[in-house]
Amino acid sequence: MRLIVKGAHLVDPAQGIDGVRDVAVNGSTVIEVAENIETSSGDMVLDARGLHLFPGLIDIHVHFREPGQEYKETIASGSRAAAAGGFTAVAVMPNTNPVNDNAEITRFILEQAHVAGMCRVYPVGAISKELKGEDLASIGELADAGCIAVTDDGMPVSSSMLMRRGMEYAKGFNLTVISHCEDMSLAAGGCMNEGEVSALLGLPAIPAEAEEVMVARDIMLSRLTGARLHLAHLSTIGSVELLRLAKGYGLNVTGETAPHYFTLTDEKVRTFDAVYKMNPPLRSAHDMEAVRAGIQDGSLDAIATDHAPHAGDEKECEFEAAMNGVIGLETSLALALKLHFDHGVDLNRIVAALTCGPAAALGIPGGTLGPRKLADMTLVDMNEKWVVTPETFYSKARNCPFAGMELRGRVVRTITAGRTVYKDGSITAVNMGTAEILP
Amino acid sequence: MGFVAKDLIAIEPLEAADIIAILDTAEGFLDVSRRDVKKVPALRGKTVVNLFFEPSTRTRVSFEIAEKRLSADTINFSSTGSSTSKGETLLDTVKNIEAMAPDILVIRHPAAGAAQFVADRTSAAVINAGDGRHEHPTQALLDLMTIRQKKGGFDGLKVTIVGDIANSRVARSNIFGLNKLGAKVTLCGPGTMLPNKHEALGVEVTSRLEAALEGADVVMALRIQKERQSTPTFPSDREYAKYFGLNSQVIDLCEPDVIIMHPGPVNRGVEISSNLLDGSRSVVLGQVENGVAVRMAVVYLLAGGVAQ
Amino acid sequence: MADTLPKIIIDAKAMGRIVERIAHQIFEENGGSADLALVGVVTKGDLLAGRLHDAIKRIDGGDVPVGRLDITLYRDDLSGAGPNPLVRRTEIPFDITGLTVILVDDVCYTGRTTRAALDALMDYGRPTAIRFAVLVDRGHRELPIRPDYAGLEVVTRTEERVKVELAELGGKDRVWLLESGSDWVPGEE
Repeated sequence: MRLIVKGAHLVDPAQGIDGVRDVAVNGSTVIEVAENIETSSGDMVLDARGLHLFPGLIDIHVHFREPGQEYKETIASGSRAAAAGGFTAVAVMPNTNPVNDNAEITRFILEQAHVAGMCRVYPVGAISKELKGEDLASIGELADAGCIAVTDDGMPVSSSMLMRRGMEYAKGFNLTVISHCEDMSLAAGGCMNEGEVSALLGLPAIPAEAEEVMVARDIMLSRLTGARLHLAHLSTIGSVELLRLAKGYGLNVTGETAPHYFTLTDEKVRTFDAVYKMNPPLRSAHDMEAVRAGIQDGSLDAIATDHAPHAGDEKECEFEAAMNGVIGLETSLALALKLHFDHGVDLNRIVAALTCGPAAALGIPGGTLGPRKLADMTLVDMNEKWVVTPETFYSKARNCPFAGMELRGRVVRTITAGRTVYKDGSITAVNMGTAEILP
Repeated sequence: MGFVAKDLIAIEPLEAADIIAILDTAEGFLDVSRRDVKKVPALRGKTVVNLFFEPSTRTRVSFEIAEKRLSADTINFSSTGSSTSKGETLLDTVKNIEAMAPDILVIRHPAAGAAQFVADRTSAAVINAGDGRHEHPTQALLDLMTIRQKKGGFDGLKVTIVGDIANSRVARSNIFGLNKLGAKVTLCGPGTMLPNKHEALGVEVTSRLEAALEGADVVMALRIQKERQSTPTFPSDREYAKYFGLNSQVIDLCEPDVIIMHPGPVNRGVEISSNLLDGSRSVVLGQVENGVAVRMAVVYLLAGGVAQ
Repeated sequence: MADTLPKIIIDAKAMGRIVERIAHQIFEENGGSADLALVGVVTKGDLLAGRLHDAIKRIDGGDVPVGRLDITLYRDDLSGAGPNPLVRRTEIPFDITGLTVILVDDVCYTGRTTRAALDALMDYGRPTAIRFAVLVDRGHRELPIRPDYAGLEVVTRTEERVKVELAELGGKDRVWLLESGSDWVPGEE
């Protein structure tokens, strides 16, 4: 039995498609994409006229907190949030407790993802044991167990020598190295962007340069080692320019930014509300403009949420004492579409940054809907307006800095491996426990 | 016009007229501290809780005297722990104290924004007695009161602030207040102590003390905040005193009737020489007396029970 | 007889006569101007105290010390809703202990302001006696307080309002009886 998604406006930048297409799926695989596919009586037909169809969205930077901090989020709750946000694949960061620095944790994560059965969960392993920045983690075993990249995200690899060794070693196992770029001594325990607002508030501040000097270092180390480097959560003018420069050199370097960096600025911190605290911090309006421009011109390959769930009391405290991070899975697409609707960014660029861009950055499947590709797709009503209400989120956490914003463009249906996992505002349980949607 | 607000968290959001109204009220309170019976019944039956999460003697005593002279019932709560260490969180503490139905909370805390955080979560009036490196509004008000008494006003006055400005909540509050009232503010200190984006503060900045002092009507020396520095910002006390310390020679560059201020406590011989501090141009003790009057005024005005 | 309001109950001439008369009464009862002090309640009593000072000086050349007293901090209605009233300067630049203090106010009404003024005065020292002088006594007392010297006793209804204008404050010397309406301000008796 075939599933035919009929009459939707398909945007698939990897194939250069931007028009009405029918998509035929057999099982978990796409078999045909054409302007008009004849249906037969045995087909299940999904009338998608008036909707937009994107390849299943991919978020290569999330924290699902499991194992160890299940009170913040679990792989199951995070997966549901992903499905509700239109994401069919996510890459989970290794800063769990214990850290994903060994094959056992990687296998545990994959098992939990399998039980959750909502979306593809790609584990990212640690570069250093326990993220301590001292000794290399068992990167080979991590790769064998299913990790698709390595990073010490949450912490930078401060030692340039260890970063070099990590890149050299990961390269041999065909893993991308994801870098959390932060010079810790320059950041000096700051909790917001250094700029005019921090001058007014007196909060300890982190200069843009604390990010940029590490971006520069890691680009140079990528040149030295030939390793594939992906720069996480870029937030500044200088970072975007350095990424452009690296690509100009022909280096194997990609970069991502997060919705909060192209939507909000450090002006928000004036409230002292820790919902606006994350690392890197919200930057200036100039930085925000540079990030938007980087998405428009393709310098930034991916939009990733850095979805970082926290419990209420970890945010409802003094700004300096609060945990870093915001959740983003259930708002990411609509915030990205806002760039298109309000700021003139090309829709194809936005879809690329949510699909084929991140897939290519980490070398994972998906991100396009050609024949024999994964039947992962996201159907979107581009005209529906909605107000962000964190209380209704599938994520366990509520630390969303976009509460109350009116956004346009809403996920109508999320299809992972040919099966609907989310439809019209509700998770559908059909995929629970099936093996098919594992990577 | 009076000053009507639920809380006093910062000088930055105030209008010039608000500041003047507080200063005028404070002048009316000076008299209470100067007579034999140093007490008025204005705040009889009101409860004020002084919440100090950071060691402080001067500010706490000044607030306590102010509250007692207004006949308020005062309760002191001191704790040097913060929510980062194990134990009760700031939110827990606030909820507990809120349950005792205080009318006013005076809070000092090592984290910037802590006073705002508390104010957003209590119906009591909140007075910021210093939050991290953010603001210390009552200190600025007493400084402004002292300047007004000595200089008659603020328009066109050259006020030079010397010292660790980047780490100083006193400097920040004073800069906001002086700007609003029409004074010209010059900041001076080693580059490591000057705020990075001083344009946002609307001030002149220099690392040359002579240039900063030339023609100054008011000079404010700040305490070197060794306890708030992660990496050293100057080589030694000796070098600091040599290039940025106030003494009787450099002070001659100022206007002849210059006044010298210091929020205390003083590192004698580092940021200011002893003979200057104890000399006739120093108004440090006047600052202390005005401190009580200003705090009486703020407590009195916020006790007015203005609905949010 | 139902007079239409507003009406002037004291004009400039009458006010001058009242001040002279009260000055003489004080002078007679005190047996001269020695050991006497005048303390006016701001913002009109202090001006009237100044006029009494001048009038007494015209009698025997005595320079009776004059102070001004702001009773805001002694009011019994501070806990009520609404912002606290402005505090004005109190200036009593002499020791009142051992003196006969003439407390001066423009109007005596409920007696609550006078109660506050008495409390305030006692915090400044221990006078031999305190006497109370007002321009207008309009009745409706809520406390056992009575002026020793009253310029004019006038029967009023509580809905009415007595408004004192003084030349020093930019008006003419006169006293109005008004319908209070909605613009009645607490404390302005």
